[in-house]
Amino acid sequence: MANHTLALRHQFDNVEQQKDASTFGMWLFLVTEILFFGGMFCCYTVYRSLYPSAFGHASNHLDVILGAVSTAVLICSSFTMACAVNSAAVGAKKALAAFLWVTILFAAAFLVIEMSEWRTLYKEGLMPGFNFTYHDVDPAHVQLFFCMYFAMTGLHASHVTIGIGLLAVMAIRASRGVFTPQYYTPIEISGLYWHFVDLVWIFLFPLYYLIARHLQ
Amino acid sequence: MITATVETRENYLTHEYGVKSWLLTEDHKRIALLYLVAISFFFFLGGIFATVIRLELLTPPGDLVSAQTYNKLFTLHGVIMVFLFLIPAIPATLGNFLVPMTIGCKDLAFPKLNLLSWYLFMVGGVFVLYAMLEGGVDTGWTFYVPFSTSYANTYVIMTALGIFIAGFSSILTGLNFIVTIHRMRAPGLTWFRLPLFIWAIYATSIIQVLGTPVVAVTIVLVALERGFHFGIFDPALGGDPVLFQHLFWFYSHPAVYIMVLPAMGVISEIVSVFSRKKVFGYKFIAFSSVAIAILSFLVWGHHMFVSSQSVYASMVFSFLSFLVAVPSAIKVFNWTATLYKGSISYDTPMLYAFGFIGLFTIGGLTGTFLATLGFDVHVTDTYFVVAHFHYIMVGGTMMAYLGGLHYWWPKMTGRMYPELWARLSALVIFLGFNLTFFPQFIMGYLGMPRRYHAYPEEFQVYHVLSTAGASVLAVGYLIPAVYLIWSLRYGKLAPDNPWNATGLEWQTTSPPPPENFDITPVINHEAYDYSILEEMKVG
Amino acid sequence: MTEHIVTKKQYALIFGILMVLTLATTAIGMIDLGRLNVVVALVIATIKALLVVLFFMHIYWSSKLNKLVVVSGVVWLALLLWLTLTDVFSRGWLPFPGK
Repeated sequence: MANHTLALRHQFDNVEQQKDASTFGMWLFLVTEILFFGGMFCCYTVYRSLYPSAFGHASNHLDVILGAVSTAVLICSSFTMACAVNSAAVGAKKALAAFLWVTILFAAAFLVIEMSEWRTLYKEGLMPGFNFTYHDVDPAHVQLFFCMYFAMTGLHASHVTIGIGLLAVMAIRASRGVFTPQYYTPIEISGLYWHFVDLVWIFLFPLYYLIARHLQ
Repeated sequence: MITATVETRENYLTHEYGVKSWLLTEDHKRIALLYLVAISFFFFLGGIFATVIRLELLTPPGDLVSAQTYNKLFTLHGVIMVFLFLIPAIPATLGNFLVPMTIGCKDLAFPKLNLLSWYLFMVGGVFVLYAMLEGGVDTGWTFYVPFSTSYANTYVIMTALGIFIAGFSSILTGLNFIVTIHRMRAPGLTWFRLPLFIWAIYATSIIQVLGTPVVAVTIVLVALERGFHFGIFDPALGGDPVLFQHLFWFYSHPAVYIMVLPAMGVISEIVSVFSRKKVFGYKFIAFSSVAIAILSFLVWGHHMFVSSQSVYASMVFSFLSFLVAVPSAIKVFNWTATLYKGSISYDTPMLYAFGFIGLFTIGGLTGTFLATLGFDVHVTDTYFVVAHFHYIMVGGTMMAYLGGLHYWWPKMTGRMYPELWARLSALVIFLGFNLTFFPQFIMGYLGMPRRYHAYPEEFQVYHVLSTAGASVLAVGYLIPAVYLIWSLRYGKLAPDNPWNATGLEWQTTSPPPPENFDITPVINHEAYDYSILEEMKVG
Repeated sequence: MTEHIVTKKQYALIFGILMVLTLATTAIGMIDLGRLNVVVALVIATIKALLVVLFFMHIYWSSKLNKLVVVSGVVWLALLLWLTLTDVFSRGWLPFPGK
């Protein structure tokens, strides 16, 4: 009974329409996110074009292993999220909840790695505004790199955090058996959001961590 | 008093009572009214700032307020009028009310999201009000860096945060409209049978969804630089203040089309009904709305001709800016052609439509002057620009908004407004507007800079004319405020279709029932098909 | 519109490719390819992104409208970058009048 009400709100004529509308709506939202992050990508592109060697130097202060591991962790989380959607579609309720919780674990792991990276950078005097003491080659432009780095990874981390909250809500509802093969749209659209978060990092990693590794 | 027949039938206003039924409503019609109240408040607040500005400018010396106070006045006038009035005005009030009704569905695709949009708008507005009460912000509504990030000592972050939150209201409204228009049209209502108002709202929503996020992230960057000293635009670090301008104007130019496209949609409706003719060149107007939405994103650099943007890029933007004038001109030609040999009635909405067509044409043409590099270099940052955008924003959007408000007032409230007072105030507004802003073209051309509170003697006569006009305009705006509120209680009860218009919204009661339609309508005729109404009358 | 259910096996395949590409981009990043480094990195990132969008996010099986929405988002970002970079790179091409 509850499923029927959730699956067919009064403004829709049928379940298909509601599902289509919800997915379409989430894609539109993700497009706004593309442009939201895109503004920062624009700044990055301009400054990297203007100061390529400084950006290269600065990039080599980042830990490429941790960066690569973070990327792998997020890709794992995308995989488990996709499996969650599959479980919902076939009605495997326990598996659905389990995959959601595992996705959250991976997300949390990502944040832990990120925080430790930030902590290291802070201790090394590479965090603008808080502790920036770098005075080697091209300090001004290197500082600019780190301003962009913290702005972008910070924005991304905030999205990961929101994602964890969203997935936790989904996981709790899933544990209560709310989702069925006829109604699992919230899982699908949460999945879309989560994959987007992964997508951003797929670009952030090479752009920030792999600029001039060959010079290291 | 024929109260019995109309009042006993339940409508969306009488369906439920109490504060909770309004503040927790999911009904798009109630949400539209919530927006109406909020934006009216912000309009009058922005108007108060304009009043003080015009009073200061009566005399050449800066004797009414200090320079920094003056900066705060024009900043708050701009911020409130742009972000808290013009951007939401037509989409969030008329759009919210009408989109589901005109396409024949019960509500928007995401009613809860719609309510959230209103709350976001209110929260954003509260942040701006708080900043204002704490001392205001003096960066100009464009909050250029490095002044806003490094030198201003006013409440930049607070204001910016308010705009950021209100921006999400705009994004979510646009998203809601796009999904609704794509997925929830009544059976038989194909894209080319939609009223042109819907095409306009659709195009506006595209801009809202694609553009607003960029200004949102720009605000985040400014806040980061100001709050955490992340010198992203700091020249000392190699940052580029012009990059801020690129990001800012990438949204803010399309934003002006968020303000004017819905207005054009309203005009299309009004011109058709009050000429008793279908709109000339329906497809041209429909496509031109979408063309404007797309082209509007290609011209932002025309705000940066003197900001050390490269000459090459400036030439590119100048050329593209001429292109974007074409679809707007197409609309003006088509409205005029609709009027030709039409059966014209001079009801209040039509008076506002006439005002719009004339004033928008002037505003638009002066826009092409400004797009011309050689000319722009001389008049940029003068009152010529101020006059240009006020002709479009006030002479255009505001007129269309008032026209639309009057046109749909009977549907929304079930009451008629007093026609004589309405026509009178339309006339007063038109006269007051021209007296206020035409002198500004002249003094701008002669060199009067904008955002200055003290100026050379030679400009005083124009400023005095402008301020006189502003006082007339103020009276013109106050009159409808009074009689519209009056009409809620004492206005004549409105019939379902007072204007004999086509359009689904007129096929239901005034005010409409909570679910809009008792049965989902099926459409089998084109938009603006007045012969159908004749058939219905005869049959 | 029938519901297309993607199997865990199919997801696992995509996952595997993504991990391989991540290793590849990291490894190639250590090699000096001059100006090609950024090109290769972006190409690999784009392929990874396409895999995620097409298969994890189901765009491959989605409506034309959803596909259009995704493309529009990318195109709009490209517009922002392209015209902004046009300005940044063309400063100095043409002299300001009078100078």
